[in-house]
Amino acid sequence: MTAVFLGIPTAPRGVGHLRGDLSFPDAARDSLRDGQLRANLGHATATIRGKRAAVVGEVPDWAELREAGRAIKAATMARLDEHLIALEEQVTARGGTVHWASDATEANEIVTRLVQATGTDEVVKVKSMATQEIGLNEALEAAGIAAHETDLAELIVQLGEDTPSHILVPAIHKNRAEIREIFLRTMPGVDPGLTDDPRKLAMAARAHLRERFLRARVAISGANFAVAETGTLAVVESEGNGRMCLTLPQTLITVMGIEKVVPTWRDLEVFLQLLPRSSTGERMNPYTSLWAGVTPGDGPQEFHLVLVDNGRTAVLADEVGREALHCIRCSACLNVCPVYERAGGHAYGSVYPGPIGAVLSPQLTGIEDNASLPYASSLCGACYDVCPVAIDIPSILVHLRAEHVEAQQHAGPEALAFRALSKAMSNPRLWRLAQKAAGLGRFLAWGRPTLPAALPPPASRWTRTRDLPTPPKETFTQAWAREHGG
Amino acid sequence: MKVALFATCLVDTMVPQVAMATARLLERLGHEVVVPPGQSCCGQMHVNTGYRREAVPIVANHVRAFAGAEAVVAPSGSCVASIHHQQAAVARRAGEHALAEEAAALADRTWELSQFLVDVLGVTDVGAYYPHRVTYHPTCHSLRMLKVADRPLQLLRAVRGLDLVELPAADQCCGFGGTFAVKNAETSTAMLTDKMANVLSTHAEVCTAGDASCLMHIGGGLSRLRSGTRTVHLAEILASTEEAVTPHQSTTPAVPA
Ligand code: SF4
Repeated sequence: MTAVFLGIPTAPRGVGHLRGDLSFPDAARDSLRDGQLRANLGHATATIRGKRAAVVGEVPDWAELREAGRAIKAATMARLDEHLIALEEQVTARGGTVHWASDATEANEIVTRLVQATGTDEVVKVKSMATQEIGLNEALEAAGIAAHETDLAELIVQLGEDTPSHILVPAIHKNRAEIREIFLRTMPGVDPGLTDDPRKLAMAARAHLRERFLRARVAISGANFAVAETGTLAVVESEGNGRMCLTLPQTLITVMGIEKVVPTWRDLEVFLQLLPRSSTGERMNPYTSLWAGVTPGDGPQEFHLVLVDNGRTAVLADEVGREALHCIRCSACLNVCPVYERAGGHAYGSVYPGPIGAVLSPQLTGIEDNASLPYASSLCGACYDVCPVAIDIPSILVHLRAEHVEAQQHAGPEALAFRALSKAMSNPRLWRLAQKAAGLGRFLAWGRPTLPAALPPPASRWTRTRDLPTPPKETFTQAWAREHGG
Repeated sequence: MKVALFATCLVDTMVPQVAMATARLLERLGHEVVVPPGQSCCGQMHVNTGYRREAVPIVANHVRAFAGAEAVVAPSGSCVASIHHQQAAVARRAGEHALAEEAAALADRTWELSQFLVDVLGVTDVGAYYPHRVTYHPTCHSLRMLKVADRPLQLLRAVRGLDLVELPAADQCCGFGGTFAVKNAETSTAMLTDKMANVLSTHAEVCTAGDASCLMHIGGGLSRLRSGTRTVHLAEILASTEEAVTPHQSTTPAVPA
């Protein structure tokens, strides 16, 4: 049964970034032509792929660790409601406040209200997928509140008025020269002699950000994990900018998808090993910040946790698709995906690109709002192989394709063709006739070994770039029967 | 051993020489080959395009056609992977539990060609002769779903006269992906272009693999480029013998009639 029939709400339209304007094939068409993008992505993903493979290869019990990660996530999802209530109790007991948001609109309203209550008109932000998903920056801006991204790559994207194209490296589609150009154009007071030396670029960003860290009274973060038994939140990052936000301002607001909860402190042991090796190819994560509620005289004195559903309960209701909620956002599947590497993150039209995006976005929004995404894969299986929590992405893709097909009220030409083919393929006599009909295609070739390149659609979608062999006079089963007197 | 050959719908209809080569090879190794006449398709294309309900009667036909077979061999990693990983599941989902059981039992007796040769028959030198420069592309489903690993390479290394050259970035998908190749033709072509660049960088005369579908895609691209490099299925290379070589052989496999 699908989520739609159960009546569980999916992520609402008109808010957030889960839907693109174009279908995947149309959006990909443009990015495939962008040679700079193809080169940047090809280079960047190949580098991260290599680093990941090397550090994963040195862990002798990686397979067991991966299975532990999978098992913890599956067990947690099975009793998600209980763990969330336990989390709320613990956060509250430690001086935090928990807010429940059923969707993006509600979450944005809650956060806006909380910021307004502090009387400030600007916030610093830790890199967070959940706030991107719900379109929080736009909602704050509409309320007259400026949100400053502090993750280096997010900053590049924000200054360039661009959108992220990767969950870990949002500006992966940009190279050094392009980043220099963005900084020169948009950073107030930047040294006009700025070069594209990575250190120089980082120093420019540092100077720009420091000022904001010291000024900000409110910070907004996401969370990688939340431990139910202790009410501890965890943010995992590489730059230390996140830690600045988590410690300096008076008020901290954390926006978290409900699937990020883990039951016990010990569970972090598994994920903090799986995550850095899978994502950045590091043995240990550089900055891991953990906090529970508020501590008088140390760090933010006001802490709010906003728990966001935005379609997740609907995903949980699908027994095949729910595995997508196990994702720890390491981005390993993006880095190995041949489709992502060529089409780029923007083609997916959602903050969640790549293989995980192709299974998560359509489930969060309802399949019909992202119907082209489950087809944006050759089902090569590279994503499943690298996923640190063993999400069988290819099987979910295939499942979602079926959900889409089965949701159609009227059969289109494709459905009719597949039905007819099914009839033929399940009846040997009809199948032999169908094969004979296909064999007649050989007359189009006028005796050449390949068919002409100019065929009518849908065959043209193959023959525009690839020759099609001329069908043989005799099928194998015919030839065999003739030889063996069948 | 009596081997039931599953030609697969694509090979049977479009490239019958691949199934014929598989049969000749198994016969040369001393096995009896039968071709159950009721066979058509494993159902993979339907399942992977979203027509899992429509795949159920196809699975039923497959199970009927191969009922009683001792061992089933197919020259396709992808179809065998579908038999192993999808057939029983789609039957079960449709509530056809008896069919699911039968499909699972048949899957246990079904092998991809290189696995059958190396694991079941225990041979790596099949006595083949193919004096050409060849590169091998491990197709995704044989690599990741069936885990055939280096079995095809073991077989190729034992072929006399064959100069095996390593394919750079071999484990990258060629971009075929079934209906992906037409639904996302541009992305598929971009992937194909990189695969062809790697194939051509080896200066191989022939690119081989264990799946006729991926080879039709790669070969179709190479032919469109007039590259001169062609694709030949692994079964055809393994079936080629010195005795069958004719004066105008070129890279056409010399499979005895
Ligand atoms: S699906 Fe798996 S590999 Fe992809 S980002 Fe999530 S955890 Fe990482």
